[in-house]
Amino acid sequence: MNPQLTWNLITDVQQMWAYPFMVSALRAGTVVAVVAGVVGWVMVLRKESFAGHTLAVVGFPGAAAAAWLGVATGYGYFAACIGAAAVIALLPAPSRAGGLGGFSDESAGIGTIQALALATGFLFVSLYHGFLSGLTSLLFGTIAGVSSQQLHVLLIAALLCLIVLAAIGRPLLWASIDPDAAAANGVPTRLVAGLFLLVLGVAAAGASQITGSLLVFALLVAPPAAAFHLTARPAMGIAISVLIAVAVTWVGIGCAFYSPYPIGFWVSSFAFGIYLLAAGYRASVERTLRRIDRRHSPGRPVVAA
Amino acid sequence: MTIVDGRASASGPLTGFANMLGHPFITHALVAGTAVAVVCGLVGYFLVLRGQVFAGDAQGHIAYTGAMAALVAGLDPRVGLFAATIVAGVALGVINRRGADDVVIGSFFSWILGLGALFLTYYTTHGSGNNGTANVNVLFGSIFGINDQARAVAVAVAAGLGVVLIVIARPLLFATIDPAVAQAAGVPTRLLSTLFLAVVGATVAEATQIIGALVVLGLLAAPAAAAARLTTRPWPGFWLSAVLATAAIWIGVTIAYAVPAAPATFTIMSTAATIYLIAAAISARGRQPRLALAAPQRRKA
Repeated sequence: MNPQLTWNLITDVQQMWAYPFMVSALRAGTVVAVVAGVVGWVMVLRKESFAGHTLAVVGFPGAAAAAWLGVATGYGYFAACIGAAAVIALLPAPSRAGGLGGFSDESAGIGTIQALALATGFLFVSLYHGFLSGLTSLLFGTIAGVSSQQLHVLLIAALLCLIVLAAIGRPLLWASIDPDAAAANGVPTRLVAGLFLLVLGVAAAGASQITGSLLVFALLVAPPAAAFHLTARPAMGIAISVLIAVAVTWVGIGCAFYSPYPIGFWVSSFAFGIYLLAAGYRASVERTLRRIDRRHSPGRPVVAA
Repeated sequence: MTIVDGRASASGPLTGFANMLGHPFITHALVAGTAVAVVCGLVGYFLVLRGQVFAGDAQGHIAYTGAMAALVAGLDPRVGLFAATIVAGVALGVINRRGADDVVIGSFFSWILGLGALFLTYYTTHGSGNNGTANVNVLFGSIFGINDQARAVAVAVAAGLGVVLIVIARPLLFATIDPAVAQAAGVPTRLLSTLFLAVVGATVAEATQIIGALVVLGLLAAPAAAAARLTTRPWPGFWLSAVLATAAIWIGVTIAYAVPAAPATFTIMSTAATIYLIAAAISARGRQPRLALAAPQRRKA
């Protein structure tokens, strides 16, 4: 199999579509990207991106253990990520670090957990001899990572995720934006936050199967962060985030198919590039607004776009 | 490392230990590991105190990409390791000052790691006589692969870093605990902060060869966090952190020698995590009288 890229994009896509594994890769990528776009948007809103990263890293020993035991790695990702999410959700609230900026003693604890998870994954990889080439796929992603059987598991998990998220959507949004007011109005913030962490675990497990455990930031954080630069409205923001995630995944899978380089590199590059474009667009809009504002009414405070 | 030697250690702990020290690769591992562990413990203590554990994570990612880039360019991976991490340390100092968003930093380092994956693929697909285990060695370290020369370099670098750190330790502690007062008293806080991040970079680069780019975060964070829980006084904590890190390396290497199936990286990391758990349990038991003292100090950091 040595596909040649031509200038005719339609034949390129047809050529890609001829391989069954590419079809299931694209399907899996779409499912994962939709979930990652939605869940990631809420995650960035709640400033829980560090938790998402930790959950994904914990997925690595799960997948490595699954490979060692002879089970499909997809189950390993799901079991480890959901288990870790449940543990984090059950921890008392103050011992949780919020965001990468959650500096203190706790971030040292989370760093220790991450490093231990990676070391444990390495133990399983070395116990399972001959798996060393698979190590790169687990860490940095592969387009052939999802079989058609696993696709069904992925699809069911994704649907469950979206249903749960739709059910808790409104209270979750409220609890994320103003936790105190939400709690005072009888929203079970603790339950909602715990449920969201479980959903996040599923999303991280799904994204890990495409981009690898180390690069989930590319799918889970960069598209929603870019969407936040473009709009502040929730519905619009989620739509843009999903759109970016799906586009990045499709183009990433296409590039990985036609080049020898891994999908993780392509997806993370495109996602980061789009994020930079969105940030640059917002900065230029703000500059223009400020200039207009200054011309028309000097002295009035600038309203952020 | 053979199974026969591992069984010999079961016949008697002392003979087993003497057997173990008879192997040159074990003594190299212990000497280089001790040097690296001491520096990791000292640097890690400030990292935890300053709330910059995340910088250790970021540096690990950068170390991987730097080493892979050097391999692609045909250089010694150590050149790439040190160049990348020290430059990144200075850059992180600048970013910290401008106050960047965690999402930006996270996405950026994710992309850097993606770049590392690109270099890895380029390295494994171009040129046939390459070292196939280089990737695993950079990601997870190879403490038993340390040779004479690498040991000497590790000890020299560790000594240099230790001296730099001890020289800046007092003003750095001042700047960590109360930056505003330190700045008013004429301590160059910005310079110190950048210099410290550069030292962190060099430490990560050195430790990557021992324990790996992905796990170095644990060796920086776990012993230091354990020390911070055991004592609230800075200088005993500073040295205790180094002692705990060294203990993690020694116990980890010994277990890895006795159990050939377990890689040294895993045994060292789980020893460090166990130390952290024990320290957390001890501090939780004695917390009530100490809390009043500990809380304000940590919040300032």
